[in-house]
Amino acid sequence: MDEILALLSLSDTGWGDEIASGVGVTISLALATLPLGLLIGFFVALAKQSEEPTLRLAGNIYTTVFRGLPELLTLFLVYFGAQIGIRQLLLAMGSETTIEINSFLAGMVALGLVFSSFSSEVFLSAFRAIPRGQYEGGHAIGLSRFQTMRLIILPQLIRIALPGLSNLWMILLKDTALVSVIGLSDIIRQTGIAARVTKEAFLFFGVACLLYLALAILSSIAIGAINHWAARGDAPR
Amino acid sequence: MTAIVNEHIQPALPPPPVRRRWSGTRTTGWIALAAMIGLLGGLSLYLILAWDSELVAKYAPKYWKGLQITLGLVATSLVFGAAMSLPVAVGRLSPNRAVGALAYGYVYLFRGTPLLAQVFLVYYGAGEFRPELQSVGLWAFFRDPWNCAVFAFALNTAAYQAEILRGAIQSVAKGQWEAAEALGLTRLQAFRKIILPQALIVALRPYGNEIILMLKGSAIVAIITVLDLMGETRRAYSRSFDFQTYLWAAVVYLLMVETIRNIWERLEKRLTRHLRRDG
Repeated sequence: MDEILALLSLSDTGWGDEIASGVGVTISLALATLPLGLLIGFFVALAKQSEEPTLRLAGNIYTTVFRGLPELLTLFLVYFGAQIGIRQLLLAMGSETTIEINSFLAGMVALGLVFSSFSSEVFLSAFRAIPRGQYEGGHAIGLSRFQTMRLIILPQLIRIALPGLSNLWMILLKDTALVSVIGLSDIIRQTGIAARVTKEAFLFFGVACLLYLALAILSSIAIGAINHWAARGDAPR
Repeated sequence: MTAIVNEHIQPALPPPPVRRRWSGTRTTGWIALAAMIGLLGGLSLYLILAWDSELVAKYAPKYWKGLQITLGLVATSLVFGAAMSLPVAVGRLSPNRAVGALAYGYVYLFRGTPLLAQVFLVYYGAGEFRPELQSVGLWAFFRDPWNCAVFAFALNTAAYQAEILRGAIQSVAKGQWEAAEALGLTRLQAFRKIILPQALIVALRPYGNEIILMLKGSAIVAIITVLDLMGETRRAYSRSFDFQTYLWAAVVYLLMVETIRNIWERLEKRLTRHLRRDG
């Protein structure tokens, strides 16, 4: 037991501090991806419920592609694809410099693409749950389309979409584990290094699992609070 | 008569054809579609232009092998997972508190942690217990990364499938149980002949999603050196440094997922045709 505690301590000989920094990376990646994925997902949903067929088609293609690809493959496509693309661009401009793509950024973009394709579906079904009369009512009292969206539709939309979005957040949290493959020092990578050095793979990957569980539990508490906040205007039961 | 009527009441003119105006939305739509087609078309064009028969001849058979491994892995995990999900679902539905808590703990553990961490835990963790595993004769099983992947995947999907099954069984109205009892069916008969058929229809869609999730999730076995489709792709890329290796893998995965989705949609349509009101 003491040995295990020594291995996990925050000192120079223990791995606690390295793993803690990994937890920080995992959380910041998930938190950085969330607004990106929500924003893109919202606009893709807007496109998919539009009356304009070209917009609908574009939105559906986007969802089909990024929902169907394995997350790991999307990550590689973004990571290597961006690297090659930028090099070609620089070559075309006559520059020979090679640029290393930041793996945090690549992870954020790839996970954002995946998250947005799923969140667009959540937003879309929330849009469909809002009756037409709400738009007409907004129009009738002289609100512009943007005002109707912001003041009338969005507050309802968010409440309807919350359960689906919380599910997606949990999935996102777990998907961040994949970025360890392109070299970002998240929980998995840090515990993996510790496992290789100390030959205590079971212990360290077990700790990794427990850390993810702890993050999931923390998230459920936070989501519960957000749900409570969102329901504050509901009639008391 | 009609002449008089027509004289006094002009027949309504047909409504003027609605002219679709060129609006901002429409412009955005065309730009978005053009961007989408430009990107996908550009990538397809790249795949056609960069067609290298030598590269294809070299790697296509390997991709085919990898694809078979992927499909075998997913099918095996799903079948074992389905078998293991039954006791877990029963545990989740059990009135016994301790059993319920145990099943819930299992489900929470496997649904709350990344699949990658679970696979690592099994694969690298097993290496640590080599002497113990050897003494019980299980080392031959855990030495192979494919087996470790199936082991971890089956445990993982069992948790998900148990929740699907539990939700579906609970969605069947309680009156169905009572009616079966009133007819003198035993609980097992009631479950098999009345509850399960109704529950499985509810579970159909989530099961389809789970298959697709497994197929997509299976790509991570490439990290523990299994040469599935993703593993072969990674190997091909590291040897040829040709980006089209990844693009071809993307095409194959997309085709697989879309095929499964379409098959499943048809299956669902066929199996629920008695529930539809129209036609």
